[in-house]
Amino acid sequence: MVQRIERDAVKRLMEEGAQVVEVLPREEYEYEHIPGALHIWLRELYLEAATRLQRSKSVIVYCNDYL
Amino acid sequence: MSPRAALQLEQMGFEQVYDYVPGKSDWTAAGLPREGESAALPQAADITRREVPTCPFSSNVGEALERMEAGGERVCVVVNEAATVMGLLSANQAREARSDTKVEAVMLQGPATIRANEPLEPLLKRMSDASVHTILVTDPEGRLLGLLDRNDVEEAVHAKHGVSH
Repeated sequence: MVQRIERDAVKRLMEEGAQVVEVLPREEYEYEHIPGALHIWLRELYLEAATRLQRSKSVIVYCNDYL
Repeated sequence: MSPRAALQLEQMGFEQVYDYVPGKSDWTAAGLPREGESAALPQAADITRREVPTCPFSSNVGEALERMEAGGERVCVVVNEAATVMGLLSANQAREARSDTKVEAVMLQGPATIRANEPLEPLLKRMSDASVHTILVTDPEGRLLGLLDRNDVEEAVHAKHGVSH
């Protein structure tokens, strides 16, 4: 089940080796992203996730904010 | 977008999926590191002064004044145990009150604050227009990150434009 997390949990999971993925369009990722985050646009997630993400590791997804 | 992404990954069979719902706006607003083109553009977090005199919300005016005078400070930020900004107390206000008065009764409540990812140029204009010399920087939860001095903002903005004094 997907867990909704806050900032402190993101930091902790990153320290434990989680994969962080920004799902916004590329230009937004290029402008600013969390250090170490991968870019996989939401529309390409189905195509890219299987090859670029490890199933054995946690995955954190994020976009810009609540909206 | 992230909730949809999270559900999609779960449907694809990923078992440990987390949705950082507040997103990168929350991350940068807390003054945490960032990568990308924006990293070259100064934000409030980059020039925030981290050493800021504080006094506990639970203290009385006498204790707060003692701390300020010991440190040669004219003002202190009143914070609770979680470092959430509760108010501002000046040494002058403290001297005019009874020493056993609680700081919450004397302090300026709800001081203006900005987030760490505030762009500097529009901020400088707002501070100048309002004749504000310093402003508190807090994270999205209202916890104190530091203090921003308008002189530092001016310097950073002018440095960006190649203007020297």
